[in-house]
Amino acid sequence: MATVILDALNDVAEWRQKARQLLLAGIAPVEVRWRDPHSESGLFEERQEHLLPVRQPVRSVPAAFLELAEQVVCHTAEHRFDLLYRFLWRLVDDRGLMEAASDPDLAEMRQMASAVRRDSHKMKAFVRFRTVSGASAREQFMAWFEPSHYVLERTAPFFMRRFASMDWAIVTPYRSARWDGQKLQFGPGGKKSDVPSEDAMEEAWKTYYASIFNPARLKVAMMKSEMPVKYWRNLPEAELIVPLVRNARAAENQMVGRAATQPPSRHARQLARQVNEAEAPSEADIASPEDARAAISGCRRCGLYEHATQAVFGEGPQDADIVFVGEQPGDQEDLQGRPFVGPAGQLFDEALVKVGINRERVYVTNAVKHFKFTPRGKRRIHQKPDGGEVSACRFWLDLERSFLKPRITVALGATAAHSLFGKTVTISKSRGQPITDDKGDVLFVTNHPSYLLRIPDKAAAAVEREKFEADLAAIRDYVSRAS
Amino acid sequence: MAQLTLKRKLAILSDAAKYDASCASSGTEKRSSLKSGGIGSTEGSGICHAYAPDGRCISLLKILLTNFCVYDCIYCVNRSSSNVERARFSVEEVVSLTLDFYKRNYIEGLFLSSGIIRSPHYTMEELVRVARTLRKEHGFAGYIHLKVIPNADAELLAEAGRWADRLSTNIELPTDAGLAQLAPEKKSDEIRGAMARIHLAQRAAQPEPKSRAKPDNFTPAGQSTQMIVGADGTNDGAILRRAGGLYAGYGLKRVYYSAFSPIPDASSRLPLKPPPLVREHRLYQADWLLRFYGFEVDEIMAGGEDGHLDLTIDPKLAWALKNRQDFPVDVNRASKESLLRVPGLGTKVVERILGTRRHHRLRLEDIGRLVRSLKSVRPFIIADDWSPGGLLDTQHLKARLTPAPQQLSLL
Repeated sequence: MATVILDALNDVAEWRQKARQLLLAGIAPVEVRWRDPHSESGLFEERQEHLLPVRQPVRSVPAAFLELAEQVVCHTAEHRFDLLYRFLWRLVDDRGLMEAASDPDLAEMRQMASAVRRDSHKMKAFVRFRTVSGASAREQFMAWFEPSHYVLERTAPFFMRRFASMDWAIVTPYRSARWDGQKLQFGPGGKKSDVPSEDAMEEAWKTYYASIFNPARLKVAMMKSEMPVKYWRNLPEAELIVPLVRNARAAENQMVGRAATQPPSRHARQLARQVNEAEAPSEADIASPEDARAAISGCRRCGLYEHATQAVFGEGPQDADIVFVGEQPGDQEDLQGRPFVGPAGQLFDEALVKVGINRERVYVTNAVKHFKFTPRGKRRIHQKPDGGEVSACRFWLDLERSFLKPRITVALGATAAHSLFGKTVTISKSRGQPITDDKGDVLFVTNHPSYLLRIPDKAAAAVEREKFEADLAAIRDYVSRAS
Repeated sequence: MAQLTLKRKLAILSDAAKYDASCASSGTEKRSSLKSGGIGSTEGSGICHAYAPDGRCISLLKILLTNFCVYDCIYCVNRSSSNVERARFSVEEVVSLTLDFYKRNYIEGLFLSSGIIRSPHYTMEELVRVARTLRKEHGFAGYIHLKVIPNADAELLAEAGRWADRLSTNIELPTDAGLAQLAPEKKSDEIRGAMARIHLAQRAAQPEPKSRAKPDNFTPAGQSTQMIVGADGTNDGAILRRAGGLYAGYGLKRVYYSAFSPIPDASSRLPLKPPPLVREHRLYQADWLLRFYGFEVDEIMAGGEDGHLDLTIDPKLAWALKNRQDFPVDVNRASKESLLRVPGLGTKVVERILGTRRHHRLRLEDIGRLVRSLKSVRPFIIADDWSPGGLLDTQHLKARLTPAPQQLSLL
């Protein structure tokens, strides 16, 4: 049996080069033993040093294996190089092996890689720098850290990216790393006493650690699984853990037991100030469009307020000749708090321009003022408001119309028509000309622009669009005759 | 008033901040001080620099600028009627504390919130000033999370989003009625209005598909919110429906559920006992099912009783036990969607199963190597050498899969 002794603890390039030689020479995993510089070598081991003859060609291995090997070599398990070579040997014949996640060797390597990644991650978390007093203009810091695996080399670049503008060194038992603003360099390992034993900020940090802890939620096992005890000896805050846990119950009882006290005098002054602030008018006191706009934010006439962002009130000049009434705000309208700003609103604007109605001179609103939807993942799917919601919201629509007194009110779609007429209206039968209702108000019925957006067939959509524009033209003509 | 030491202020203002559950620092853009020349970096996954004995991660310096507050929210330790000790940091104090902690690798950023003083606008302006000073004067490239004061001016919100990785606006309570009752000065339409404005600004910050112009950054780590659980009588179904609506409406990254915690000098209008912490845990599990496992709220709630989740078992297992007709699922043939519904199979494991079965057929021991425990998986799957037989239909299956109550762990 041959023994390969590596110079480095965790250098994948070195292992790869030696493994390649063995593979070319056709030496099976059972015929070779791998050693790192820390392992004790047996007395009678024959060290493999001479160049091996090439006996078989070797194809390349999947990149995923090399990526895994880079992590596995950083594990402290002595057999890591043997395991890698054994797997490599099989991988040459069976390139699909990397996908067999349940293969025992692969599963073990994956576990080792994950332990290495975790240790590296914990190093990023648990290194604690201490200031070094020096003559340099740049701030200088040092830390002592004891990783469970050989992860300093793969973790040091993180500290370089994070702390580029300060000088720092991290000392571990097996190696050290140093950054001077220019270059990241590695040197020999060291000991705890190489690093300052305190830092002026540690008191503040411990104060923070103790204060952010909520004694009413003690979960010690959770803490220990994420911050394993093996790291505690180098964490300044860890000395607080035992007393914090011991006193948690008492601290909680003290919190709960402290009876409610009289409010401070500051609170009374505060209350006095608030009384003077203007309250939104109640529905009974609405005397102007401004009152209505303010009052609707508190509307609880139906349940739709609960999930919508806000009530979307109508918009336009108070002396508008035409009032357009849609169904309800959509996603965009709900977010922006303005009616007719979504895709249907854009189509509506274009049609108005085409027939020559000035958008600035019309008032637009909706039969229902809150957006009704069902959530689906990251989207809100529009839902038609039901009869109860429409009639609940007619209060606001009637208010708007009573302030506006337009020459004509246009129902866009069936929901608006239902609200304005108080009954179901068939659009195809009622469209085309103004209708005077029993109160003497002039109404008009046409499609909702969103209906035009939903027609999949292009030709059919064009036909419907023409009908819609013809309706708008009829409205335009009615208004110009009337004025 | 006597001057407080910086240490005392830190104790008061971190104690006041601890009821906000969020400490996430992940999912933002990549930044490096090698490029910025200042200090700090962010790279995808967040780092928890310490854990407190409450099991919560400490990745950010989570503090209030001040715990003086003109609002009187019943559940809040900082409400104006409380006699808790008050303090206020200056902007400069927060900036230097953040940098000092950061340089020693205690934290990877700042999570700054505040009680409302003078006006919402003034308060928000102070929070923004801290973020602006860190970014512009100190070249700080670490993580910044700012709390949004809902009715502050729109321009301030826009500036906040420019400096911060994340903004959060707390929904506070699951229902508007609950908010009106427990937080009388807060308005639900102002809270959701702020979320909507943030969401619109985030959309505007997405580069146009065909344009090469890169719009200004806006909250690269998105927005989040927090809901207090158990301070009013709202059931789990209503809580999850609220969460579902928020995820769909405002592109939230996270909804945090915070079991109402006893506070010192508590109002007599609060419930006497906090809800069990496991309720919060079950809500998080259900939230995960909503976002990553293709479940709908109604399906999840069907696993529980009376509008509440089953506290004894996780919501996926609860759903599966009530839908046994959908099982067993054959791990060698089933679709990804059905594998994701198997109790005990997470998203990563499902990916591995799909990868492995391209290579060879799966036996039970193969699955055993991929999952943490086979116990809850076994009754619901078919593998090459395994079929659950009558196990799936046994009456005692739930009892068998319910974890034994754990003893309180002390050190």
